[in-house]
Amino acid sequence: MEVIRIDQISPDMVILLQWGYITINATLVYTWLIMGILVVGSMLITRNLSTDITVSRWQNLLEVVVSGIRSEVRDIAHEDVDRYFPLIGTFFLFILLCNLLTFIPGYVAPTSSLTTTAALAVVVFFAVPYYGISKQGLGEYVKEYFRPIFIFFPFHVMGEFSRTLALAVRLFGNIMSHEKIIGILLVVTPLFFPVVMQALGLLIGLIQAYIFAILAMVYIASATQAHEAAEHKVAEKKA
Amino acid sequence: MDSMSIVAMASIIAAGFCMGIGALGPGLGQGRAVQGALHSIAQQPDERNSLTRTLFVGLAMIESIAIYCFVISMILVFANPFWGFVIRKAGG
Repeated sequence: MEVIRIDQISPDMVILLQWGYITINATLVYTWLIMGILVVGSMLITRNLSTDITVSRWQNLLEVVVSGIRSEVRDIAHEDVDRYFPLIGTFFLFILLCNLLTFIPGYVAPTSSLTTTAALAVVVFFAVPYYGISKQGLGEYVKEYFRPIFIFFPFHVMGEFSRTLALAVRLFGNIMSHEKIIGILLVVTPLFFPVVMQALGLLIGLIQAYIFAILAMVYIASATQAHEAAEHKVAEKKA
Repeated sequence: MDSMSIVAMASIIAAGFCMGIGALGPGLGQGRAVQGALHSIAQQPDERNSLTRTLFVGLAMIESIAIYCFVISMILVFANPFWGFVIRKAGG
């Protein structure tokens, strides 16, 4: 079953319906599929939560995933875990499920399209000043851009944009390149090697989901925590 | 040689060189990163989790450079922006 030809570089080009200005392409369909799986799965599992010693295995699975993400976020955010945990957890779960279902035939990962990854990176781009300003206030946040020395302002701004671009292209490049490689390998050596490469693709998808979530957390933390380090230094100098 | 074959030839050669040269730097960089990580893990085995986490984040950032080169190669081969223009010009 062939959803996307080998010379179509992203699932955006597979257009299923076109109605006036609205086009339904494969990326949209698969994104909504992933969203549906996440939401419906969570609703079904959390219907009868129990706090006994014996829990159902699905609840156990969810607890493992949630506590794992929480401990990773706590390693970086130290005290404000519950503030950032929903956003980072959503990034991780969405990208993880997108990347992991690629072994199903007929499925094309929506993160193999630059539009999806760019959208996620733009969310991080706006989340960083949002959390920075809501934690430190507008004046202190803007002063951070001039912090080591006055002339660093354009470098910080360029850094913000290039970090966002790097987030988007890293995820897109990894997943899209993997799908193309498997497509090409199926033409060249069809029997065993593509299966090994698909296993490698699962590992790459997991690592890229983790990297995206952790980098988003690190960027947000660097915008909200730098102030405390500077204040500590000033307090130490005075004392 | 008409412009169609020049564009095709240049794209293919550029795609090959781009990926070939672009894989050298990140390969060396990742080797040194893993070397540093193994050294640290050997010195402090208790911190293995934190070191492994940092290693993976660093590897992903170094990998990005190779991914950029790969994306350029893919674009040159599969989604070449000049190909449509040249086809139209050749068509008349």
